[in-house]
Amino acid sequence: MSTGTDNIIVFDKVNKWYGNSFHVLRDIDLQVRRGERIVICGPSGSGKSTLIRCINRLEEHQEGRLIVDGTELTDDVKAIDRIRKDVGMVFQQFNLFPHLTVLENLTLSPMYVGKIPKKEAEERAMTQLKRVRIAEQAEKYPLQLSGGQQQRVAIARALCLTPKIMLFDEPTSALDPEMIKEVLDVMVELANQGITMICVTHEMGFAKAVADRVIFMDQGQIVEQNTPHEFFNNPKTDRSKDFLSKILGH
Amino acid sequence: MAETIIFQSKPARPAPNRTEGLLPWIKLNLFGTWQSALSTVIIGALLVLYVPQFLNWAIFTSTTSTNADACRAAGVGACWGAVVEKYRLIIFGRYPFDEQWRPLVATLIMLTMLVVSCIRYFWSKWLVLGWTVTLAAYFILMYGSLFGYLDVFGLSKVTTDRWGGLPLTIMLSTLSIMLAFPLAVVVALGRRSHLPAIRSLCTVYVELIRGVPLISVLFMASFMFPLFMPQGVTIDTLLRVLVGITLFAAAYMAEVVRGGLQSLPKGQTEAAASIGLSYWQTQRKIILPQALATVIPGIMNNFISIFKDTSLVTIVSLYELTGSHGLAFNSDADWRPFKLEGYLFIVAIYFVFCFAMSRYSLWIEAQVNKSKLR
Ligand SMILES: Nc1ncnc2c1ncn2[C@@H]1O[C@H](COP(=O)(O)OP(=O)(O)OP(=O)(O)O)[C@@H](O)[C@H]1O
Ligand SMILES: [Mg+2]
Repeated sequence: MSTGTDNIIVFDKVNKWYGNSFHVLRDIDLQVRRGERIVICGPSGSGKSTLIRCINRLEEHQEGRLIVDGTELTDDVKAIDRIRKDVGMVFQQFNLFPHLTVLENLTLSPMYVGKIPKKEAEERAMTQLKRVRIAEQAEKYPLQLSGGQQQRVAIARALCLTPKIMLFDEPTSALDPEMIKEVLDVMVELANQGITMICVTHEMGFAKAVADRVIFMDQGQIVEQNTPHEFFNNPKTDRSKDFLSKILGH
Repeated sequence: MAETIIFQSKPARPAPNRTEGLLPWIKLNLFGTWQSALSTVIIGALLVLYVPQFLNWAIFTSTTSTNADACRAAGVGACWGAVVEKYRLIIFGRYPFDEQWRPLVATLIMLTMLVVSCIRYFWSKWLVLGWTVTLAAYFILMYGSLFGYLDVFGLSKVTTDRWGGLPLTIMLSTLSIMLAFPLAVVVALGRRSHLPAIRSLCTVYVELIRGVPLISVLFMASFMFPLFMPQGVTIDTLLRVLVGITLFAAAYMAEVVRGGLQSLPKGQTEAAASIGLSYWQTQRKIILPQALATVIPGIMNNFISIFKDTSLVTIVSLYELTGSHGLAFNSDADWRPFKLEGYLFIVAIYFVFCFAMSRYSLWIEAQVNKSKLR
């Protein structure tokens, strides 16, 4: 289990295909340090979601090695379970469980996966809800909340397992503009608390504020990676220049 | 200098015409368009023509005399005496006359347990115990003992071929529903499994069963199955028929459940996986509660079908409600002309049960949908 290095995630020549023909990830090499905050960006369909979904095995890769917190991801179900306890994920569409209250959404995993008593799970859930500033909504059902509130609940749900790594897949893309900030504020706070964070987003303000590194993907490859300052002010490739000019609206 | 705008409130107006109430309702729903006016008139005319005729037959000129000759007299309508004369046979079938208190008590216990199970207050683990006791009590009362054991109540033995009527209908439906539902859920999950072997097995099962009518399943269960059994081994016909109905009903129900599973977005499974829930935890806590809630009407449809389909077991000589109606009238020349009255009697019984089930379905749907308030 020991890592030997302080890299919490290591992609080593990872390749993935959808079906037989579509080569979605091509020779991905990536090391993520413990506590590092990474933003991934790139055009639609470039494989960003697929890349981060490999980390908690929502997608499986076919070639290469992927090591998360010292455990290699294979078909070994036990290893997958262990890794999922350490990796929280936040989805674009929130994916809260609509038939459960906010509190039940949060206590489910601690109770059934973490095997901790209900009362303790509820205390832990309330702590996380306070952290995302939504404690007063605990008894409501998800569909009674606004999009921004739902996404903050989703973040709290992921945090309830006290993960070492948080994955965000375009967490603000499905939100109305006036709600984006409340979610980003929560994410910034989280980023400042030392958790390892990988975030697919096109919120460049967020990237500049918290990211240690920006990774730019295109056509299943990592095309460029750099500090936010360098990447935004001095992109090296024509692809990234083109992409930046589009999203920054120049 | 800017002019000051003075606010003036609008004068109050009367509300628009009421659309509730009897007259507006009639106007809107029965005579809204010329087509609906026309059909209202036609249907109204038919009702005026036939309802009095029916009431006249069923009530005004009917008799409750248990004398068949009095019923045959000219000008006499329905002969409810036929029902009075035959109701014990219709309701209990061939069960020994002097012992018919046993199916009565057994069925009352089972009906009580059914009602109890429908009430939210009682939804707990105790229901399992309750049902175990109920089923044991049912079989001890009906058979005289439990598979030959527990023969301590001094009840005479009544073999299953003598069971019949409403007790048999209710027991067959209850047991096949209780067995078919979990089987249906498992098969529906199996058809979406990642393991090809399980997936094909479930698909083959569903397609095979859907390809044949229930009658032939029952025939197979009662006549063909014994041919394949080793000499000397016999399995009770009732048990084989119960298995047949269960397998048949489960195939249809599985497709309804699968429809519910299909309707859930993939994100639900992914979110459950991302917080570490196992496959079965995900199905039990996340997928099934939502999927089943969306298909309550379809499942209740299946339950009602099962209840009515039990009437087919007559063809393998188990005289449940419909079958015992035949027993009561077919071989009795005196009363045979008044079969129709007997039919109306069992129709009423079927209707009461089916209607109760469909009302319950509406109630439970409302309960479940409470969490979907927006
Ligand atoms: N399950 C799947 N089967 C087949 N193709 C898929 C599947 N999921 C994604 N793809 C394809 O793989 C490519 C990469 O998908 P991915 O979702 O990783 O892109 P992305 O960079 O996240 O894009 P976006 O910004 O639109 O979310 C896309 O072309 C997509 O159509
Ligand atoms: Mg994506």
